[in-house]
Amino acid sequence: MSSVTTATADRDDRSAGGGRPATNGTGGRPRRRFRLGGGGIRRNERIAGWLFVAPVIVLLGVFFLLPILMAFWVSLTDWRGQGSPFKAGVPFVGTENYTDLFTQDGLARRDFMTSIRNNIYYVAIVVPIQTALALGLALLVNNRMLKGKGFFRTAFFFPSVTSSVAISVVFLFMFANSGAINAILSMFGISGPAWFSDARGLIHLLLGLVGVDNPPSALASGGPLGLSWWDWLSGPSVAMCAIMALVIWTTSGTFMLMFLAALQSVPVSLDEASELDGATRWQRLRYVTLPLLKPTMFLVVTLGLIGTWQVFDQIYVMSQGNPAKTTLTPAFLSYRTAFKDFEYGRGAAIAFVLFLIIVLLTLAQRWVMRDRDKPARRFR
Amino acid sequence: MTTLTEARRRRHGGMVNTVVGYAFLIFFALVFIYPFVIQLANSLKTEPDAAANPLSPVPQPLTTAAFDRLLNGDFPLWLGNSVLIAVVVTVGRVFLDSLAGYALARLRFGGRRAIFATIVAIMAVPGVVLFIPKFLVLNQLGIYDTYTALILPLLVDAAGVFIMKQFFESIPLSMEEAARIDGAGVFRTFWSVVLPMARPALITLTILSFQGTWNEFPHTLVAVQDPSLYTLPRGVANLVSGSLGAGTQYPLKLGAALLATIPVAIIFAIFQRYFVRGATEGAEKG
Repeated sequence: MSSVTTATADRDDRSAGGGRPATNGTGGRPRRRFRLGGGGIRRNERIAGWLFVAPVIVLLGVFFLLPILMAFWVSLTDWRGQGSPFKAGVPFVGTENYTDLFTQDGLARRDFMTSIRNNIYYVAIVVPIQTALALGLALLVNNRMLKGKGFFRTAFFFPSVTSSVAISVVFLFMFANSGAINAILSMFGISGPAWFSDARGLIHLLLGLVGVDNPPSALASGGPLGLSWWDWLSGPSVAMCAIMALVIWTTSGTFMLMFLAALQSVPVSLDEASELDGATRWQRLRYVTLPLLKPTMFLVVTLGLIGTWQVFDQIYVMSQGNPAKTTLTPAFLSYRTAFKDFEYGRGAAIAFVLFLIIVLLTLAQRWVMRDRDKPARRFR
Repeated sequence: MTTLTEARRRRHGGMVNTVVGYAFLIFFALVFIYPFVIQLANSLKTEPDAAANPLSPVPQPLTTAAFDRLLNGDFPLWLGNSVLIAVVVTVGRVFLDSLAGYALARLRFGGRRAIFATIVAIMAVPGVVLFIPKFLVLNQLGIYDTYTALILPLLVDAAGVFIMKQFFESIPLSMEEAARIDGAGVFRTFWSVVLPMARPALITLTILSFQGTWNEFPHTLVAVQDPSLYTLPRGVANLVSGSLGAGTQYPLKLGAALLATIPVAIIFAIFQRYFVRGATEGAEKG
């Protein structure tokens, strides 16, 4: 059979329906030939499949999976960066790098718990505000009455795509002592703080307003995990507030897009029906729109939780954990411990604890999502 | 339907709502855009002017001293490194991620499910816990402080494989089968038949990869220390936290940050809908 007739036959087959030849039943010829070649095609597919994924497997294996195992080993040692950590002679310390963070009173635990405290306040403020702001912006942009949506959507989204380092520089300037933020505050007669050297906690400042300047003796000493209750209850420092403002500003745009995508799938008729039924604007938002946005809300909150536990670039550029360690976060502490103090084992241990925190948060979210809103999102 | 709604709204005092809506939108637009105005304006100011009038959008006097200094300093070197790395990584990712995505979507071979599950698991690994692991492996392989260290670990990404797999699954099989029956090999089918159909996904992946690599900071922090290997984010971060210290030379720092932002800003202006798609696809993969 010449190649010309083969091609013609195949083209006939394609035009007859295009599906698998074995099932479309256009005739015996293509089916028979297909079956004859089947074994060869299958073998080719197997080989090609492995060849196609090989680069990805090798690179992800070498630069993700293998290094995680290496770091786990290092976290069980007291390797200080000299020579290879995988040779004999590297002091093996077991789980000491981990237990030091939780049970052993000392600088390691103090620093770690301080970073956890800072990050908890950071999460507790950034996640609700960025979620609410993203939702608010999405509702504004989605308003059917307003024009120029494209422009506003672009304006709100653009900060999300810029370099975190570059934008941190801009905010460093805006929050400088003689910067834009303090210039705006002074228009209202407020003399702004020296943002990045102000270690005072917000809750301490609020207590100061009602006359509590010094820790009550019950709170000054004692307290869990190496920090006094007074320290735990400091609130985020003024310096941290500047960083939180930056992060809320940069991430809201992305989350706004997610809400917007969900809002656009809400049928207009539903909104109009409830309007005809006499529901007010607020009632429609509360009882019609928001329940439909619940899956997106969960998603945004989870991504927010995962992201806020990873804050690093902004800390590195803007504060390096200063002042008085009030902007120290576990991610930055892990970096600093390993690459500045050369205690790679402890740094790796902090990273693994942070990993565990993030994994637990993700699993908790998956668990919540599995119970509710099942039809809204499918998991593979 | 629309006219009906609008008529009803007007009766409900829609004008007030519209005005309030615009007021909010314009307020937030200012909040989101003005920092970039401040950045641009202050990079063209003298240092005393920037310190005295940080809010003013008009430099008095206008000077390009900051940019002159940047262009005569290390900045061109950082720019060159960033361009080189972003281009190589983007080309690598688009090619290798789509190869793997295609195989996982279409080709039947043993271990396919396990590989895909691993890739999904890798996507969930937070980047910040990889700093020390990456340093360890680069150190062990003897490529720490080289261009290879800057490029190779970024050359494939699990999320890209995922995006491409999802896309390939969404396009109809018929064309490929026809090509196969015509006698085209697997790679040829992929290259000449499937990839051309995957143009939207490829553009999305190209843009996300370029933007991600261009802005990548922590990887350069753990992969290199030689200043001649600095990329733009690393160089700009060093300007701020390094030798110059905090609190001074703001026009210079803002100018450097501005120049580092411009390429992504241009790409964003042209391909905005692909950024939007990327963000919402990120949402779906959750």
